[in-house]
Amino acid sequence: MDIIADVLERNGLLFAFVVVGALMMISGWLSKTLTRGRLQGSAIAIMLGLVLAYFGGINTGGEAGMADIAIFSGLGLMGGAMLRDFAIVATAYGVDLQEIKKAGAAGVLALLAGIVVSFVVGAAVAAAFGYTDPESMATIGSGAATYIVGPVTGTAVGASSEVIALSVAAGLIKAVVVMVGTPMIAPFIGLNNPKSAMAYGGLMGTTSGVAGGLAATDKRLVPYGAMTATFYTGLGCLLGPSIFYFALVGLFG
Amino acid sequence: MVLYGVAALALCMLVGMLIGDVLGVAGGVDANVGGVGFAMILLVVATDRLRKRGLFPKPTEQGVLFWSALYIPIVIAMAATQNVAEAIGGGPMAAIAGLGALAAGAALVPVISRIGGQSEPLPAMTEAEKAEA
Repeated sequence: MDIIADVLERNGLLFAFVVVGALMMISGWLSKTLTRGRLQGSAIAIMLGLVLAYFGGINTGGEAGMADIAIFSGLGLMGGAMLRDFAIVATAYGVDLQEIKKAGAAGVLALLAGIVVSFVVGAAVAAAFGYTDPESMATIGSGAATYIVGPVTGTAVGASSEVIALSVAAGLIKAVVVMVGTPMIAPFIGLNNPKSAMAYGGLMGTTSGVAGGLAATDKRLVPYGAMTATFYTGLGCLLGPSIFYFALVGLFG
Repeated sequence: MVLYGVAALALCMLVGMLIGDVLGVAGGVDANVGGVGFAMILLVVATDRLRKRGLFPKPTEQGVLFWSALYIPIVIAMAATQNVAEAIGGGPMAAIAGLGALAAGAALVPVISRIGGQSEPLPAMTEAEKAEA
């Protein structure tokens, strides 16, 4: 057993290919037999991945889901930011620049609206739960934008570590639910063309959520959604600790 | 040569990331601003020009398409390495804040998509595209 585990650990990335391949096979089969193809195999595979990540996290107490278990550490490289962004860029190959230009104005507006709405909703929820100081409201509002903006804002404005942890949790919940929920809400919000995908990416902002959610909906929409989502975190980090925080100080400070 | 495609893709990504980081520094934030987006635009523009001159033949194209096809498996690996335990452990406030932001954003999609005229839905996927997915 030790020898097997040793080989798998030393060749982590290769074992990750095998694991994901098996996951996709099982998901494809579940999709055909249980849902008659109504729920795409990739959507089921993403859900299974999240369930595995949950148990990985519970068992190890680590932050990287399954990747914290030594033999599955290759999943961390395979699903890490470098290869993920590399593959996202690759999906843009053959994209129609005309479509992007046509949706440019909508995309920019979606970005601004998405960030402001997340800030406001997050800050309001924080206040409703008794976190009424501007620092906590700004931090949790930023966390509702993405789990990266939360800690960036929290550190900048000097929020407590408990509040920063909550802001990360809020962003993670959003990312996870966007991954699983996008295919389900897509028909109701008209998410079936490049322009609405660009609006969706800008409004949601979570790159991992949008990347997973659109993959499970229609892979052809991925580059358009990712195009706007990629600006979101940077813009959020810019606005969170500045304009948004000062506005809260002015209103409630 | 397949590697030319992979190398072109990697070069676009690196240049895009560099632009994103420089923008971040210029804006005074510790984050990459739009790196992936710039990389995508670079790739689309550069490969379009090269293709028109016949400098991006089929084997080179394969190097890009391979990574595009690996996208969904990579996303599944990403899902399996998310910090789901902490997300669920954050309690009701974190969940409501995250879900509220998501619901409000999703509700705005139809509104913002309407700007500049309605768009046609993409055609249904062909069998070949489905098999690839």
